[in-house]
Amino acid sequence: MIATAFEYETPSSVDEAVARLSELGDRGRVLAGGHSLIPLMKLRLAQPEVLVDIGRLGELRAVREDGDRLAIGALVTHAQLAADATVDRHCRVLAETAAVIGDPQVRNRGTIGGALAHADPAADYPATVLALEAEVVAQGPGGRRTIPVAEFFSGLFSTALAPDELLVELRVPRLGPGSGGAYLKRPNKASHYAVVGVAAVARLAGGRIERLRVGVTGAGAQPVRATAVEQALEGESPSAAAIARAAESAAAGIDCLSDVHGSAEYRAAMTRVYARRAIQAAIGRAGSPSL
Amino acid sequence: MAVMRMVGARVKRVEDPRLITGQSTYVDDIRMVDMLYGVVVRSPIAHGWIRGIDAARARAAPGVVAVYTAQDLHFDGPLPNAWTLAGVHTSRHDPLCKDKVRMVGDPVAFVVAESRYAARDAADLVDVDYEDLPAVVDVERALQPGAATIWDNAPNNEAFRTEVGDKAATDAAFQRAARTVSLRLVNQRLIPNPMETRGVVARWERGPQQLTVWSSSQIPHLLRTNLAAMLDLPEHRVRVIVPEVGGGFGCKLNIYAEEALTARAATLLHRPVKWIEDRRESFAATTHGRGQVDYVELALDAESKIVGLRTRIVADLGAYAQINTEAIPTLSNLVLSGCYDIPALHSELIAVYTTLPPTDAYRGAGRPEGVHLVERIVDVAAREAGIDPAEFRRRNFIPKDRFPYTSQAGVDYDSGDYEAALDRALEMADYPALRAEQRRVNAGGERLMGIGISSYIELSGFNPSGSGGGIGWESSTVRFEPSGKVTVLTGVSPHGQGQETTFAQIVSDELGVPFEDIVVVHGDTATVQYGMGTYGSRGTAVGGAALMRATDRVRAKAKRIAAHLLEASPEDVVYDGGRLHVGGLPDRAVTIQEVAKTAYLQVDRLPQEIEPGLEATAAFDPTNFTWPFGTHIAVVEIERETGDVELKRMVAVDDCGRIISPLLVAGQVHGGLTQGIGQALFEGAQFDENGQPLTGTLMDYALPLASGLPRFELDHTETPTPVNPLGAKGVGEAGTIGATPAVCNAVVDALAHLGVRDVEMPITAERVWRILQEAERVAVSPGASGARPGVEGGTGR
Repeated sequence: MIATAFEYETPSSVDEAVARLSELGDRGRVLAGGHSLIPLMKLRLAQPEVLVDIGRLGELRAVREDGDRLAIGALVTHAQLAADATVDRHCRVLAETAAVIGDPQVRNRGTIGGALAHADPAADYPATVLALEAEVVAQGPGGRRTIPVAEFFSGLFSTALAPDELLVELRVPRLGPGSGGAYLKRPNKASHYAVVGVAAVARLAGGRIERLRVGVTGAGAQPVRATAVEQALEGESPSAAAIARAAESAAAGIDCLSDVHGSAEYRAAMTRVYARRAIQAAIGRAGSPSL
Repeated sequence: MAVMRMVGARVKRVEDPRLITGQSTYVDDIRMVDMLYGVVVRSPIAHGWIRGIDAARARAAPGVVAVYTAQDLHFDGPLPNAWTLAGVHTSRHDPLCKDKVRMVGDPVAFVVAESRYAARDAADLVDVDYEDLPAVVDVERALQPGAATIWDNAPNNEAFRTEVGDKAATDAAFQRAARTVSLRLVNQRLIPNPMETRGVVARWERGPQQLTVWSSSQIPHLLRTNLAAMLDLPEHRVRVIVPEVGGGFGCKLNIYAEEALTARAATLLHRPVKWIEDRRESFAATTHGRGQVDYVELALDAESKIVGLRTRIVADLGAYAQINTEAIPTLSNLVLSGCYDIPALHSELIAVYTTLPPTDAYRGAGRPEGVHLVERIVDVAAREAGIDPAEFRRRNFIPKDRFPYTSQAGVDYDSGDYEAALDRALEMADYPALRAEQRRVNAGGERLMGIGISSYIELSGFNPSGSGGGIGWESSTVRFEPSGKVTVLTGVSPHGQGQETTFAQIVSDELGVPFEDIVVVHGDTATVQYGMGTYGSRGTAVGGAALMRATDRVRAKAKRIAAHLLEASPEDVVYDGGRLHVGGLPDRAVTIQEVAKTAYLQVDRLPQEIEPGLEATAAFDPTNFTWPFGTHIAVVEIERETGDVELKRMVAVDDCGRIISPLLVAGQVHGGLTQGIGQALFEGAQFDENGQPLTGTLMDYALPLASGLPRFELDHTETPTPVNPLGAKGVGEAGTIGATPAVCNAVVDALAHLGVRDVEMPITAERVWRILQEAERVAVSPGASGARPGVEGGTGR
């Protein structure tokens, strides 16, 4: 398990990194924590000629409060995110998601930007950032742009990022009083990637579900929102029966994968089960004592 | 001075400080000036003809020193097969494939270069022209007409058939039976996954004409003998060194192509060559374990006494017969009576080639498979007879006054008290309370609780030489140094078992020297006398017995020397701890250290008839296997909605005979239970219809993790074996033998009310979920009242 030969560069700023990626085109790949890319290279499934290591760019390692949003630098590791007090206070579901990724070694090295840009169909963050309606900030030769995550994931291991764009930041909402979120996953027993993972973010008002967002990862080739479930529950008063009924359509429209970790049929069934549980947990945390 | 007895004391392993502080030397830690690196080019297809190999581009690549194909290398004979049975269609297994590949990962070329990186890059440049043949993946379909032929001399891919027991008597017993039960069981392929993969370094020294091979192996001397023969070198010019080994579990009890290739390359190139297996190769090119489809039937009389057992074992050998490949399933046959007094049994074993990696020893090696089918059918029989599974076992156990017991499988059990182990396990589990809790949990509806018992036997202490190719004995040397320190040279080759500790405990007691004054040396054919290595729970039971003999001889000589120094006759000298004194006169004494010093450095004080030196070498060849036993109890809870199986408790009462080192025994049981539970719940090598691995890395092959296991609850009964002077039976494999059926029985216990009789391993959540879905479907469909779904749970993944 030895990679093909490659060159290795360490740009000293985001601007320099973007400029190099632009010059390299297909020949270059961004290296952040390396926990997805390096194993692929060792299996020779990825054979980049030049690795542009952004891992030392301190400017991408911060968590900031920015108005009604949190701005999370692309190089924030899963472990850092899981332990961050600001994230815990304002967007706990994201910290909880980070805490269940892989194992301690993975969490200490892997970064949120790397995980999102890699777009593994069984990764954990996608469900949560979809449910949060987060935004990704990308920097390219022409400057920065903001991409809603709903438009970010475009298929198996593919995103809306251009080859010369660098994901620099994730922007997530601060969840105020009356809001709550939960991410629940079924890890596969080998790698602990999600066979199915469901995130739910809910806001209650006047005893009703004012807003609900549900993200699903692992089940299909790309993460998706379970909009049918959201629509069925928005405006309703929360009850276990209503949630259970709505969750039955959680896998609707998902072309579920089949592999050694689960058949399509099982993934669909577990999507329904985990959607129900995640929604119940999110609504419970949003302040509904009955759930 | 009171001397504490070391045998039986809770001694910490002397091996651990160097292991946990990273101060051990493994094969890959060996570096040499001028060292070259080898990489094996492997077949990407499971079955096909080699139409041509073009290595020109690889040979021209930067840093490449040589590229060898089968045409380029000469070996005096194929890779060895130690257990060739009469009538076996032996597959000739050359280190490199010449005309045909028979599995994904089959070696076709060996690239040697100045660096590991250059070798790996060049391996991609070797162009091999393959003509595909159909893969043969399913062991039962391999036997059917239409399956591709893997070996011309094995029609229908059948390697051999063998049987044990009395067919006529067994058939008669089934005819008379009040009740019969039957099951089909799949004992899935497992991938051994030692933490350290295999690795070899070979150095040829032209001056002394000496080949030195460092290999991560369980069998240094057997490797030397076989390598010398394959390479046509005089055996005394070949030295094998086994440095620290990071686990073997049986998969390093073999002679592999890479050992021969690396050594041959070193002799041709006159430079050291290193080959290190990567994890993907470890999945594809190291032997697998298990791999059987088993049909088992049990016949009972009206009192639910077992009157007959009938089995048909279809064993998946894989593509080649490695060193013990054929022997492993034959061991299943030998344990088929289990703990039970079975008056008639018959088993037919059909061994089959497939285009998958060879199977061979994996912790338990044939015995887990045999015990599994007995313990599964016994459980089903108890349920269908309406008898508690503990009571059913008790009713059928071989009583403790019947030992030695000759089973109808043709083997002699040495000693046993099966009921004592069962009783202790039931007591630890608080069995009646568990059953009450089960009724409570199951009434709740969301979770299903199951309790599984398995009472196992194993045959261990490999092996009486008469029963295994004449090579089951073991050796030991005990040497006092002039300072009174002791060096032990043992022919076993511990790689995690901890004999550096247990053997020092034994010697400390036997010779009365401090534990710290003893060092145990192993794994170097230049310093250690011939021995067989470590496998089959033999290290202490056979190697320790040889050690006892050697200490007897050293003690006898020490007495002769002391007698002379004390002016007494040897018969009057008492060896008491580290002091030798005249009987009845404790003050007329010398210490063993004084005796040792005299033996080497003051021989002028000794008469001519006493040779200088104080050491002895002894060998031990057991007259029988040893037969450890025990009872394991597993408790599981199943979540209905997801099928998740949670192992809540694991109680293990093991009887490994006399216990030398309680902490090491516990460690062995912990590891064994973990691997046994791994087979039941997590592990399983899967292949697609083309023979391509679907679980080819640790991203897809699930090993058990500590986080998924309960706290193990352990105890022991101690029934010494008469087979060796230590009374020790061996404990390395017990966990993998008892735990697997206990866990399976627990899962089936939780689902039995739905008509479930078996769930195929590994028992994944999805398999359980499918059974529960099917049961629900049947329950709600009209006209299904009273009908049991009768699912075997073999569907799905």
